[in-house]
Amino acid sequence: MTLTARRAGLVGCRTCGRAWPLGTAQCGRCGAALQSRDAKSMQRVWAWLLAGMMFYIPANIYPMLLTRTLVDTTENTIVGGVIELAKHGNVGIALIVFVASIVIPVLKFLAISYLGLAVHSGRPLRRYHLHAQLLEVVDFIGRWSMIDVFVVAITSTLVQLGFVVNVNPGPAAAAFALSVVFTMMAAQSFDSRLIWDRMDQFRDE
Amino acid sequence: MPNTNPQISDNFDALIVCPKCDAIHRVRALETGARARCARCNEILIAPRLRSFSQIIALSVAVAILMVGAIFFPFLGIAASGLSHASSVLEVALAFSGPILGPISLLVVVLIILIPFLRAMALIYALWPLATGRRAFRHAAVALRAAEALRPWSMAEIFIIGTTVALVKVAGLASISLGPAFWAFCAMVIVVALSDNFMCRWTVWKALEQRS
Repeated sequence: MTLTARRAGLVGCRTCGRAWPLGTAQCGRCGAALQSRDAKSMQRVWAWLLAGMMFYIPANIYPMLLTRTLVDTTENTIVGGVIELAKHGNVGIALIVFVASIVIPVLKFLAISYLGLAVHSGRPLRRYHLHAQLLEVVDFIGRWSMIDVFVVAITSTLVQLGFVVNVNPGPAAAAFALSVVFTMMAAQSFDSRLIWDRMDQFRDE
Repeated sequence: MPNTNPQISDNFDALIVCPKCDAIHRVRALETGARARCARCNEILIAPRLRSFSQIIALSVAVAILMVGAIFFPFLGIAASGLSHASSVLEVALAFSGPILGPISLLVVVLIILIPFLRAMALIYALWPLATGRRAFRHAAVALRAAEALRPWSMAEIFIIGTTVALVKVAGLASISLGPAFWAFCAMVIVVALSDNFMCRWTVWKALEQRS
């Protein structure tokens, strides 16, 4: 069995990797706060995740982009924008936006909830390796959801052709940006050592 | 809990704890370019590179210079039916206005301009004395920790992909020209990636500990 810092009566610094006696509050090398297992981490994960999910609802209901021409105004939601792109033959680009704004956020909500429940349930995780990898993927990929917010910002500044076409960001852009930020916070708050601890339980039995 | 484990000496300096899974390893001197991974979860723990401090400093200076260019030169230009319009990155970032969307403007400025720039500055501040063989500046540890913590929030590369998507969207309406700032921004994204690649936390923190 692998020797963990906690088993050895030590606490490891997650920023610089230095080992300290268990109970040390602050890393003497880099100044980061030390915690053997971040006990409050799951509370923070659930709080950020809930906030992220709540903001994802208005992000999909309200328009992301308001396009005003001389004759009419069109409002595009996230999904509407994807369909519009696909209709105009930009299937590849439509796919990028679809993956970044729909697939990644939804999979992230599911993945973090699943991992959270797995840690809470206290049952040993048989495939701890896959669980840890899932957290890593979620952590790495979440920031890419920001693409659509940037697309809206660029499109609306670019198309300032005054009287011909006028493109403005809609309220969904704000909701979506916040949703991405909150879910990123949720993934970052997750203490991956809690997942690996389940492996030790599994081995012990 | 008293430290009763015979495997662990009191010399904590010779140990490294994996930040991902909490496994303890004994540190061994590595050849330049070699990588030490966690035996349990495969996380890279130590990866020393040749002259990494000077490399990171040089690349961070490049980031700062490219960023100045990216902010002040025109980013994209658009022309349709006799009208033309050029926008800088700042204009793009400040596209959202009003009580609800205004703060989003601020967020975009922070994510694509402020954080990449601050990270570069913090790395230069923390590593400059180490590269030149002097004592570390005050609060160098704080600067270094901030640079590491801000890494996921530096979104310049995502902004570039966003620009590409927006270009395709608008391409049917008008003709688009890419300004010098666009290329400066692309170059900056590559330089940031190179710089982060040179970063070996263990080596840097060890050096900082010895020189402060």
